[in-house]
Amino acid sequence: MSKIKKVDKPIISKNLDEFFTGMAKAFSFVKRFFKEVWFPPYEFKEVLRQCYEIGYRSLPLISLTGFIIGIVFTNQSRPSLAEFGATSWLPSLISIAVVRALGPLVTALIASGKVGSSIGAEIGSMNVTEQIDAMEVSAINPFKYLVITRTLAATFMIPVLVMYTDFVALMGSFASVNANELVSLSTFFVQVFEAVSFLDIFSSVIKSIVFGFTIGIVGCYKGYNSSRGTEGVGQAANAAVVMSMFLIFVEELLIMQIVNAIRYA
Amino acid sequence: MLNEQEKVVEITGLVKSFGENHVLRNVDLDLYKGENLVVLGKSGSGKSVLIKIMVGLLKQDKGTIKIFGIDTLKLNLKELNKLRLRIGFSFQASALYDSMTVRENLEFPLVRNVKNLTRKEIDFKVEELLEAVALPNTINQMPSELSGGQKKRIGIARTLILNPEIMLYDEPTAGLDPVTCIEINNLINEVRERYKTSSIVITHDLTCAKQTGDRMAVLIKGRFASVGTFEKVFEEATDKQVKSFYDYNFIR
Repeated sequence: MSKIKKVDKPIISKNLDEFFTGMAKAFSFVKRFFKEVWFPPYEFKEVLRQCYEIGYRSLPLISLTGFIIGIVFTNQSRPSLAEFGATSWLPSLISIAVVRALGPLVTALIASGKVGSSIGAEIGSMNVTEQIDAMEVSAINPFKYLVITRTLAATFMIPVLVMYTDFVALMGSFASVNANELVSLSTFFVQVFEAVSFLDIFSSVIKSIVFGFTIGIVGCYKGYNSSRGTEGVGQAANAAVVMSMFLIFVEELLIMQIVNAIRYA
Repeated sequence: MLNEQEKVVEITGLVKSFGENHVLRNVDLDLYKGENLVVLGKSGSGKSVLIKIMVGLLKQDKGTIKIFGIDTLKLNLKELNKLRLRIGFSFQASALYDSMTVRENLEFPLVRNVKNLTRKEIDFKVEELLEAVALPNTINQMPSELSGGQKKRIGIARTLILNPEIMLYDEPTAGLDPVTCIEINNLINEVRERYKTSSIVITHDLTCAKQTGDRMAVLIKGRFASVGTFEKVFEEATDKQVKSFYDYNFIR
């Protein structure tokens, strides 16, 4: 049961009160995650199952999107570089764009649509059909079984998916560069690795971990707090996507600022 | 079987409101060991709220609930969970985990609460309970493949797997055809006989009440209007609302 008291009369205004109550509830949900994640029982089997659901099942969509992004971004960048006779810079340009921003952002946005909505809907429907209550009355901690497992799986798998997207996008880019500039695979990747620094890869991994956590915890939060009824399940799934996408953009902006501050310090 | 000396549940002065909706107003109720107590009332009268408070899914505004002499309000989560293991809760919509097979549904509470069980012991327990609810062939089926009555039976089997001493049935016959209703009523009686449980059955179905209950408690406007045997409560009823509840129910 929530420890946050519901006030009968609005203190400021109804909307602002709801906003701050919602913020407090979300904060206490995240706090509960960090409080409970360290202690047993550990649901390793469920974490693995969720890793499979989140990671493996997202591969077809991620592969297609990543490959197309690589081709499209290369094709769109070529004319601008060609004006300066700098098409040989394409691998460097694409690799920086993909590793620093496109890979993590696109993967996170796709995952928030696919994974976030599915977590929100699944937990929301469990809430509506009293399956969460059934766990509680069986002395099982539903927060551990549902929230911690899914959030951990998303936090582990999004960085893996991001690395995979980066690779697939670079392969897409290579396909385009190879077809137009007749560059070999080894030359392409030599240029890629020359352009990408350790900080780029490190910041990309950190960013992906943050995005993964956001997708998992927001999906779980929205599902866990869905209102009763089938309409509530749909709203939970929708809210999970909207909220996680919004947070991903905010996080992208903040992390980019921090990384740039480090890079140019 | 009924032992009126030994109270397993003692509810005193229970009050619960949701905003302006005062659901339970000063409710007192006892459940004796080995008894099947039926709580009757119209939809929205607070019957389910009463048993949800008992297992800590909801919190009362006032009043005390003592289960096996333990005041539930004074328990921390760990102690409450320990108490919950002694109580089985059968949900109105069965609440089977729809991503798990019947076998996994039954194993789920068992393996998480009883440590060091071998695979053989788990299988034996699961199969024994599926036999008890007469559904041994459903072991590898998903909940979506089961009928409403089968889901209820599996839900009951899942609660029995932890050997509860008290069973709480929330609308066990809701949404079922008359034949399946009778099967479920018989199952409730069998569970009492076989597992020596004391039960609270929440229903608005008088046939279910008559077939399963030793005592009836009729909840009207947040209070028990009448408590006693079926004959005492309904056939000798003087209270207008209790009488009308009886008159509008279809008795087979």
